[in-house]
Amino acid sequence: MAKLTMVQAINLALVQEMERDRSVLVLGEDVGQDGGVFRVTDGLLEKFGKDRVLDTPLAESAILGTSIGMAMAGLRPVCEMQFCGFSYLMMGQYEAHATRMRARTQGQFTLPLVVRMPYGGGVRALEHHSESRETIWAHLPGAKVVLPSGPRNARALLTAAIRDPDPVVFMEPKHSYRAFREEVPDEPEVLPIGKCQVVQPGTDLTLVSWGAMMRPTLKAAAEVAEKRGVSIEIIDVLSIAPLDAATICDSVRRTGRCVVVQEAPRSFGPSSEITAQINDRAFLYLEAPVGRVTGYDVVTPYFGREKHYIPSAGRVARAIEQTLDF
Amino acid sequence: MPRKPVAKFVVDHLQILDEKGQVDAKLDPGLPAERLLEMYRWMRLARELDERMLKLQRQGRLGTFPPNTGHEAVSVPIAMAMGPKDWFVGAFRETGGRLVRGEPLTSPLHYYNGWEEGNILPDAALRITPVSVVIGCQIPQAAGLAFASRYNGEDAVTVAFIGDGGTSEGDFHEGLNFAAVWKAPVVYVVQNNQWAISIPRSAQTSSRTLAQKALGFDIPCLQVDGNDALAMWVAINEALDHARSGKGPYLIEAVTYRLMMHTTADDPKKYRDEAEEKCAWEKEPLIRFRAYLAARGLWDDERDAALTAEAREQVDAAVRAFETPHDRADDTAFDHVYGTDHPHLHEQRAEFLANVRFDGGKEADHG
Repeated sequence: MAKLTMVQAINLALVQEMERDRSVLVLGEDVGQDGGVFRVTDGLLEKFGKDRVLDTPLAESAILGTSIGMAMAGLRPVCEMQFCGFSYLMMGQYEAHATRMRARTQGQFTLPLVVRMPYGGGVRALEHHSESRETIWAHLPGAKVVLPSGPRNARALLTAAIRDPDPVVFMEPKHSYRAFREEVPDEPEVLPIGKCQVVQPGTDLTLVSWGAMMRPTLKAAAEVAEKRGVSIEIIDVLSIAPLDAATICDSVRRTGRCVVVQEAPRSFGPSSEITAQINDRAFLYLEAPVGRVTGYDVVTPYFGREKHYIPSAGRVARAIEQTLDF
Repeated sequence: MPRKPVAKFVVDHLQILDEKGQVDAKLDPGLPAERLLEMYRWMRLARELDERMLKLQRQGRLGTFPPNTGHEAVSVPIAMAMGPKDWFVGAFRETGGRLVRGEPLTSPLHYYNGWEEGNILPDAALRITPVSVVIGCQIPQAAGLAFASRYNGEDAVTVAFIGDGGTSEGDFHEGLNFAAVWKAPVVYVVQNNQWAISIPRSAQTSSRTLAQKALGFDIPCLQVDGNDALAMWVAINEALDHARSGKGPYLIEAVTYRLMMHTTADDPKKYRDEAEEKCAWEKEPLIRFRAYLAARGLWDDERDAALTAEAREQVDAAVRAFETPHDRADDTAFDHVYGTDHPHLHEQRAEFLANVRFDGGKEADHG
């Protein structure tokens, strides 16, 4: 057991899976000699050599395209998109092949590959380095989309993603990369993909979030619980696709109230889907409309203006209180 | 310092058997009679299947498909030259090569009639990838397959096809670049059939050859008469040897002509001159190969009639098998979204099946 940052925890998962299985290899821009622009892949080149840690040319579509070929031939590539903002160039390969190969061949060819990408704002970065775009990948059936929120679940989910038989988009909240440490067990740990985690049980309101938003969410929940003397159940979604709607709706049936916190723009995102699922499965249990704290439907502003655009603990707290008071 | 050349490039063109069936004796690979006859049988079978598919499509018995007529001399010799561990990465005008590699005649019929079953190989070890409808994606994938073969210590080469239009796609250039940097054992084959739906070769690119696009990545290349099966045989063997010996990728531009429409959904009269087509028919690959066989004393009208009858019989049998009613589940799509089990798909499958029952098994009315 060691106290690790998320960067270190992800690195640990990569090292352990590469040690465990020779078919696992890492490729992407600057992932080798430089250890990745966030140092997530630091030390891998020295440990596993250039056949298994590939510094690729600059071309996101080919990074996924070659990974698809490798996976068809039985390897388990873990490729990196340097930033979520550069990942859209891989959309053709993702939609046309990554998500479809299993269905296209009725399981004869499958693609056990992982696409890692840092996402989200709050790090005072250039344009294209601050968006939260999980919706884009999650909308397309055939791949899984996972967003860890802390070092321990990042390690366990990446381990699961690498061992998974399907393509997994693994979105790393870069704001949380080094923001805090957690105890991470030495022995490999796996969390199931497609399952939410109830991180705090409660009876008065269900608070749902994922990725980088878990931090302001937890903070707001603690503040409101103390101020109002209420019991809040907190759910970390972890997998956006497939979405574990059952766990969320079971909780809402018990609490009768729900707030969803999402960094991405409001429309068409996971918070919309979660709200619709609650409507389908828990409508008669609701004491208030489902509250939402989200990004706005605007082009993500440069970092000079980002602080009021990213949902804050204060905004989450106000939404919780409004939903309690409805 | 004076200005001086730092690199010079040359693109060769190879033709062995001209459109009149005249062979360049010095370049003739001297294939044994049985190999030549095998080559012709496959090309003839691919042509027969293509012609039948067009009839079936016009009769409403098959969906939209891209005819392959005229492309037989590209993929058939290539597939015959490949080894059992090699990967065959097709686009969609390589039916002949697919058949040589072991895909059943029924596969294109199922596939182009809307059934995923047409993608399923009798054995995954045949290493034929499914048709790539989206243009260009297969080029980086082939680099990945080739990388994996070498990584796994296999003596295998990947051969990937693309058309002239495909060489304008970003993925073509990205894939060539990755393959070259990795020195991946892959051979790229550009079937330059002069037309990308309605866009002529001249409007597609200002490159004098398509082969030369490989030179930007320092990949050796050769332009070949793609209607000349002998030249294709020589070229692919050279390319496979190059890739297999660890020297990295190789690119062949096979110059041919799309004698038919792009797919059965378009009419070339709208965008090209019929005189051009007529001229192209005179250069098509089967006529000259037959002339070559005859000149070598391997062919006559009697043998030709026998082969035609044999090909027809094979295609007849495939069509019968294809049109025999298949008991296929309606809800197969739910089986193959993921390799793991997820409750939302159980729920949606149940809803789907309930709706199928409600429709009473009849065609649903979509207005």
